[in-house]
Amino acid sequence: MSQVKRPAAPTTPPPTRFKSPPVFAWLLIVTFLALFLQGVVATEISVERLLRGAVNLVHFIGRAFPPDPTDINTIGWAMLETMNIAVVGVTVGVLLSIPFALLSARNTTPWPWVRVMSRLMIAAMRTVPDLIWALIFVVAVGLGPMAGVLAIIMDTIGFAARFFSERIEEVHPGPSDALTATGAGRLSVIGGAILPETLASMTATSLYSVEKSIRSAVTLGLVGAGGVGVELAAAMRLFNYDEALMIILVILVVVIGFEQLSSAIRKRVI
Amino acid sequence: MTAIQVQDLHKSFDSLHVLRGIDFEIAQGECVILLGANGCGKSTLMRCLNGLERPDRGNAYMHGTDIATADARQLCQLRRQVGVVFQQFNLVQNLSVFQNVLYGAMGEQRFGLLATLSPLANDALRERAMYCLERVSLADKAKHKCREISGGQQQRVAIARTLMQEPSVLIADEPVASLDPSAGRNVMNLLMAIVEEQRMTVLCSLHQLELASEYGDRLIGMKAGRIELDASRDTVDHQRMASLYQGDVRVDHVPTTHHERPVTASV
Repeated sequence: MSQVKRPAAPTTPPPTRFKSPPVFAWLLIVTFLALFLQGVVATEISVERLLRGAVNLVHFIGRAFPPDPTDINTIGWAMLETMNIAVVGVTVGVLLSIPFALLSARNTTPWPWVRVMSRLMIAAMRTVPDLIWALIFVVAVGLGPMAGVLAIIMDTIGFAARFFSERIEEVHPGPSDALTATGAGRLSVIGGAILPETLASMTATSLYSVEKSIRSAVTLGLVGAGGVGVELAAAMRLFNYDEALMIILVILVVVIGFEQLSSAIRKRVI
Repeated sequence: MTAIQVQDLHKSFDSLHVLRGIDFEIAQGECVILLGANGCGKSTLMRCLNGLERPDRGNAYMHGTDIATADARQLCQLRRQVGVVFQQFNLVQNLSVFQNVLYGAMGEQRFGLLATLSPLANDALRERAMYCLERVSLADKAKHKCREISGGQQQRVAIARTLMQEPSVLIADEPVASLDPSAGRNVMNLLMAIVEEQRMTVLCSLHQLELASEYGDRLIGMKAGRIELDASRDTVDHQRMASLYQGDVRVDHVPTTHHERPVTASV
């Protein structure tokens, strides 16, 4: 039995269980519901079509099994090309990210307006999806892996430069002050005190960029920017589903392998 | 000859008036201890003296060059003459002790960083850095990363870096405030021995009274952004030093503005 004596009811009643949300929240809820219902109607979601889709899927899986390894040679070379696109694109992208990051970090930018400009450029590179960059570069330099490399470079800068600049802004100002106090120039101070402190974090970000870009390099091939995606698109279009499955399996193995490798490296660095 | 001359120096951060008219002179080779409570403006004064902060009003002459009006090139040249030892050591933690000492020569070298990176630096420079490390008895730690050594050792590395810079003036901003008493005393002894060897002009801020009464030729006491005390060390008794820490000592203390006048008038 409880030792605490209490009266039958507290003098102040507890707060109500539910309270009506404010007007703004009501507006949001109503707008969202309207958009959702309109969306369901517009995309013609129906049980009948869903069932038909399931049947088609079973049909696809039936035709895809067993995967067809006869073209494994071609697939292998195409996969290598995808990896080339990713590695070259990320390397160049990361190297270009460093100046972009330095220009857009508050503590290293030469003038405030440069910071605004370079942040805008980075934001533009990030918000345009990689597939669209690939489409643009296919128009500019033609079909093939070069368009893929350029698309990955843009994508990597948009992502890595932002993380680098945030890390640079977090660096403790003390060591930079100390080097400035020896009479050193601004570039020397940045290279001597700020970059060394950010190296570990930059390595981790770069490794993640490699993982991310291998995944996106695969899809870039679908729009003709080189690599294994080209083979996959062709196989699907020619209804060679068993070959398509083989390609998907190869992609799966390579991507998982790369993720394992990069997380192993990251553990050592940090 | 005058090494440092400060005239009516003012500095504000937004609405906070930190330095409220500082005047003093330091002769060449003189060793001055700057006393004052936390938040009285000591650090700001020291940062103004090597141009890490620009004063709003007044002049600060370092070997005849006015820091308040110096352009970027003059400022760099001037900073080379002024070594700074910080309370928080301010070493680059990720790099080796040796590399941090080499950085002391960054200002004097034409190619800055490129000439002072350990793999690229010339033999003479590398030997000089090693000599500086030997002077602070840390030659055996040369290859260690800075974060692996103790606070007292880190401050000695910072002193070696300053020695590497070969300045004629040394500014030390509470060099022992973050160390335990015995490490602090060791660092203080080392610092004073080195400035004597190199015949440097020194402005060193402290806030432990026991230490202040042992080192230096002259005491300057600050309180709430003004100089309250400026006298030869022998003539100042403990009572007078302690008064620097009583009453409204801080510049960011709201009632300070009301009581400021009577306090300054009483001295």
